[in-house]
Amino acid sequence: MIDTTANEARAGQGGEAVANVHPSYLGVFLTFARNSLVRDMTFRANFIIETVSSLSWMAMNLGYYMLIFRFTSSIGRNTGWGEYEFFVFLATTLVVNSIVQAFFMPNCEEFSELIRTGGLDFALLKPIDTQFLISLQKIDWASLSNLLFAIGLLAFSLAHLPAWPTAVQILLYPLYIACGVAIMYSLMITLSATSVWLGRNQTLYDFWFYITNFSRYPMEIYHGTVGSPLRIFFTYIIPVLVVVNVPAQLLAKPLEAQSWPLAVFALFAAAASLWTSRQIFRRAMLSYRSASS
Amino acid sequence: MTTHQLTRRFPLTTWWTVLRISLEERLVYRGDFALGTLMRFLPLVTQVFLWGAIFEAVGTDGSGTIAGYTYQEMVAYYLLTQVSRAFSSMPGLASTIALQIRNGEIKKYLIQPVDLLGFLLLGRMAHKLVYYVVAAGPFALVFFLCRDFFNGWPDLLTMVAFVASLVMSFLLGFFLEATLGMVGFWFLEVSSLLFVYMLFNFFFSGHMFPIDMLPGVWGTIVRGSPLQYLAYFPAAVFLGKIQGEQLAWGLGLEFAWVVVFVILSRVTFHFGVKRYSAYGG
Repeated sequence: MIDTTANEARAGQGGEAVANVHPSYLGVFLTFARNSLVRDMTFRANFIIETVSSLSWMAMNLGYYMLIFRFTSSIGRNTGWGEYEFFVFLATTLVVNSIVQAFFMPNCEEFSELIRTGGLDFALLKPIDTQFLISLQKIDWASLSNLLFAIGLLAFSLAHLPAWPTAVQILLYPLYIACGVAIMYSLMITLSATSVWLGRNQTLYDFWFYITNFSRYPMEIYHGTVGSPLRIFFTYIIPVLVVVNVPAQLLAKPLEAQSWPLAVFALFAAAASLWTSRQIFRRAMLSYRSASS
Repeated sequence: MTTHQLTRRFPLTTWWTVLRISLEERLVYRGDFALGTLMRFLPLVTQVFLWGAIFEAVGTDGSGTIAGYTYQEMVAYYLLTQVSRAFSSMPGLASTIALQIRNGEIKKYLIQPVDLLGFLLLGRMAHKLVYYVVAAGPFALVFFLCRDFFNGWPDLLTMVAFVASLVMSFLLGFFLEATLGMVGFWFLEVSSLLFVYMLFNFFFSGHMFPIDMLPGVWGTIVRGSPLQYLAYFPAAVFLGKIQGEQLAWGLGLEFAWVVVFVILSRVTFHFGVKRYSAYGG
């Protein structure tokens, strides 16, 4: 709250002072995080129910794959995705999803609504980057419980693999998780920015779910006359397949020579996604007509 | 003649009007509807590939089976559960009832000569009828593209049983969700309860996987629950997994569950109204 008051005081000094304000992005982010936590803790019972619900959803999903592995020893023949390798994959999916859900999902949802109702005017007037403001305003702390579950599952599965990952693998893993999150975020902000042109974008989340659904399984399963084009499309055009596959391969499977080009590509894909989404966001802001405000 | 007298004299006219209005309401967004239906098949694409990979690992020549299902049958099963779900899923039914209890809107059913459950049932029927008309195209397209996963049409008796199980799955889905909505008379906020229901429904109705895969006691519990009729049962009937005496028993039990939930929804409504205190506007 102190930060907000300070900002207001500075803003009160006149237009010139506002133009000269260089907000501390980290400070603003931490304030957002704290405010969200305060709000979540105000409704503690609700917070606990949300945590328990999402954890039981995770547990049920894990149960489904444990059931599948009662009938098979691996996903695909000679793909290297045995039970615990696949659980590393699953844990990676959960890590990426929980980060996206905690930080970006509630905000992008809100963004479409801000465009529709004209509430975006207030965000545009604030002396801070609009994309930053609308992307991180709310943090869903309950989703971070999924992250803990995922890290637990990851540690458990790694312990069951023949060899522990090396220091390089462990250091690269967070980097590729960040790349994955960046790709997912770019996709999400792009989809919600389209509300500017489409007026209302109700099927947005269905669409998001359907596209990211492709990221949930090892890319090796997509082969054949239909599978290969799908794999290429979701690797190189909309790169959702590299989101989980690259970090999961990095940890679960010994570093194979042929997986390096993909790992390099993932860095490029993350940067390109962020850049493209930024451009689309800017275009959207230029087309924003402040309807019904 | 007052409206009340009119409905007394022409009860069917009222219900026909309700149905017609609901139909027209639903047809407004038909384009969005058709596109939405087609998109709903997209997650199946990943399932088809996932199971393809699993069966590759199980049997090299495609002869391997999982819980009695070949790869072809497994994919056909997932396609058929989409049909079951098209009948049994009731998006927003329970939450709407609970919301109307909370904000007081339910009062209108208590003063007007219209039965709440009957009104909602007709609304749903209209929704479903429009859905089938609009979704027939996308469904036909997907089933045509995937025709190789099926071993032709089943015999007449199986088809009749399949249609009967689908109609009952619609009724079961409706009355089950309506009963859950009525819980709103006691708790007001039922969203957590509905989440639990959604979770169980997703995993134990057979929507996520054929419940034949469940081992031991889990399988027994799930087979004893009414949820299996919402997705698994009709699909398994079509695939010929349930035949003869088992089929007759299955249909009988499904009917019994429908009756149970018709009664439960009536009883909960009856007692709910008694303790209702008309909160809200």
